[in-house]
Amino acid sequence: MTYEPWTEARGAEIIAEHAAIEGATLVILHALQEAFGYVPEPAIPMVASALNLSRAEVYGVFTFYHDFRKEPAGKHVLKLCRAEACQAAGGEALAARAEAKLGIACGNTTADRRVTLEPIYCLGLCATAPSAMLDGRLVGRLDRDRLDALIAEAQA
Amino acid sequence: MSLRIFVPRDAGAIAVGADEVAHALEQAAAGRGLAIDIVRTGSRGLYWLEPMVELATADGRVAFGPVTAADAASLLDAMLGSGNHPLRLGPADEIPWLKRQTRLTFANCGVIDPRSLDDYRAHGGYRGLERALTLGPAAVVAEVTASGLRGRGGAGFPTGIKWKTVADTAADRKYIVCNADEGDSGTFADRMLIEGDPFLLIEGMTIAALAVGADKGYVYIRSEYPHAVAALNAAIAAARRAGYLGARVGGSSHAFDIEVRVGAGAYVCGEETSLLESLEGRRGIVRAKPPLPAHKGLFGKPTVINNMLSFAAIPFILAEGAKTYADFGMGRSRGTMPIQLAGNIRHGGLFETAFGITLGELVDDVGGGTFTGRPVRAVQVGGPLGAYFPRALFDTPFDYEAFAARDGLIGHGGIVVFDDTVDMARQARFAFAFCAIESCGKCTPCRIGSTRGAETIDKILNGERVANHLALVEDLCNTMKLGSLCALGGFTPYPVLSALKHFPEDFKPQQLQAAE
Repeated sequence: MTYEPWTEARGAEIIAEHAAIEGATLVILHALQEAFGYVPEPAIPMVASALNLSRAEVYGVFTFYHDFRKEPAGKHVLKLCRAEACQAAGGEALAARAEAKLGIACGNTTADRRVTLEPIYCLGLCATAPSAMLDGRLVGRLDRDRLDALIAEAQA
Repeated sequence: MSLRIFVPRDAGAIAVGADEVAHALEQAAAGRGLAIDIVRTGSRGLYWLEPMVELATADGRVAFGPVTAADAASLLDAMLGSGNHPLRLGPADEIPWLKRQTRLTFANCGVIDPRSLDDYRAHGGYRGLERALTLGPAAVVAEVTASGLRGRGGAGFPTGIKWKTVADTAADRKYIVCNADEGDSGTFADRMLIEGDPFLLIEGMTIAALAVGADKGYVYIRSEYPHAVAALNAAIAAARRAGYLGARVGGSSHAFDIEVRVGAGAYVCGEETSLLESLEGRRGIVRAKPPLPAHKGLFGKPTVINNMLSFAAIPFILAEGAKTYADFGMGRSRGTMPIQLAGNIRHGGLFETAFGITLGELVDDVGGGTFTGRPVRAVQVGGPLGAYFPRALFDTPFDYEAFAARDGLIGHGGIVVFDDTVDMARQARFAFAFCAIESCGKCTPCRIGSTRGAETIDKILNGERVANHLALVEDLCNTMKLGSLCALGGFTPYPVLSALKHFPEDFKPQQLQAAE
């Protein structure tokens, strides 16, 4: 996935776009991450100032939610569902396989920055478990072959 | 006349190739110089048959599935010819798994085009709102109360009473909030319905707004559901264009509009007060109650916060009458429940039925046992905070009180099936560990207890003073149950204690297990 490079001017523009709505913090953080692929640190005091909040409050929101990234993810993000329905369908063995193939533990990015492997707690595809998401594309009924194909695609 | 073919756009169907099937059908048709009309519907919820493709015929819709892109050409030939094909399932409405359900809330899911307001209206949409407008607010609240509808998020609180509290509270502004933060593993009913029949939710929320005098609504959807977010935003825009949202709802003097807000991966935000905090732009920290959200909710104003399935039940109740809805069910659990069969199950999907069906019927009969073919050993009902049930309790009827009597809960209606390879000590440990990751941190029993719980289970499995540590886990669970602020810490003991009670053999120290 491609993102824009961070600039203060672009950041300010995105913040201004949403600053007037009720309870805007999450909406702004989402918008920043959508544009830049992560929430750049210099944006935090800018959000605080725009919403008349303290920096600590905005930083607190930013760190509370699993979605928001401190730094860019790898070129591809492979999310594997690790919740109960996928556990019941053999998801844990597939997660271990993915970790072994990529040589990283879940929650990390490969050294070449190509693939970020992340756990996700439920994609809501529990009747076609186990499931995965590669860069926003959903894959159900995951098995070894499908997983290997996803990993190969991400590494290519 | 061109062929009219229905292919789901439901995320669960897309995950197993529905987009590829739609594309392949278009290609195959183009290759034959044939005009076809592909309608992207929601899913009917028979996920082992997805992608399930349907063809409109003079005798109703005929289903085929599970279809792959490679089947497109032969399927199209069959559709043009005799209709016979190895994947033919027969008339869609006659598929036994579908026919034995009682679809009140999900009646149109998988049937209509979720992007078309006209299709929604043609299938009885907005009749509930029309009746609500003629009844007036007080009578609408009375109707919802009489239906016996209880909150479908899991707590089972009577919806009508909640609405009456908000209606009776004077304020300059009131809010309607829909909880679509469906984080429980094994549940997907919210996702499926928003993707398959989003106008139903909009209508339900609009009726609530009329009943309590609110003019603004929010739907909080989890970020893991991008397809649902897109479907709902499209439907809201269509409802605005048609005057069903905006300054004069359905031509009346009421103003109401809805905005979608997206979560950010915090499980605890499914708890209603945490969700309100998150909507206000803060960390999803649970609020102490009282005050109830009905008195001081979003931005301190009286707020109806209901589960998505509760709102979705409302249009039927208003259109068909409270009694029609209440005639279904058992005891104090009235109406129908969209039950979700998931995990290691042969026939997984959405099964809407009246309360009272037993767990065993659902798992063995409807679900067909495991897809691995191995014996069912345990089922977890009600998400990560629900109890594990052994086969010995499969006679439990699906009912709020019956499950509570057996130290369980029905939650949001998800059932996750495990075969005999499951390690219940590992599942109990996961319950604690998940709670530790997702705890908002406000109350000590949840914040500290979850971490200590996982550590203590590790000690048991390592054979360290097993009897003492087992007693400690039980004691810890009681503290969490009684001392936590919300259901995250308060209900994490359900999976742990049920695993200990029903599957004690899995908690033997690992050295002993290995020796056996």
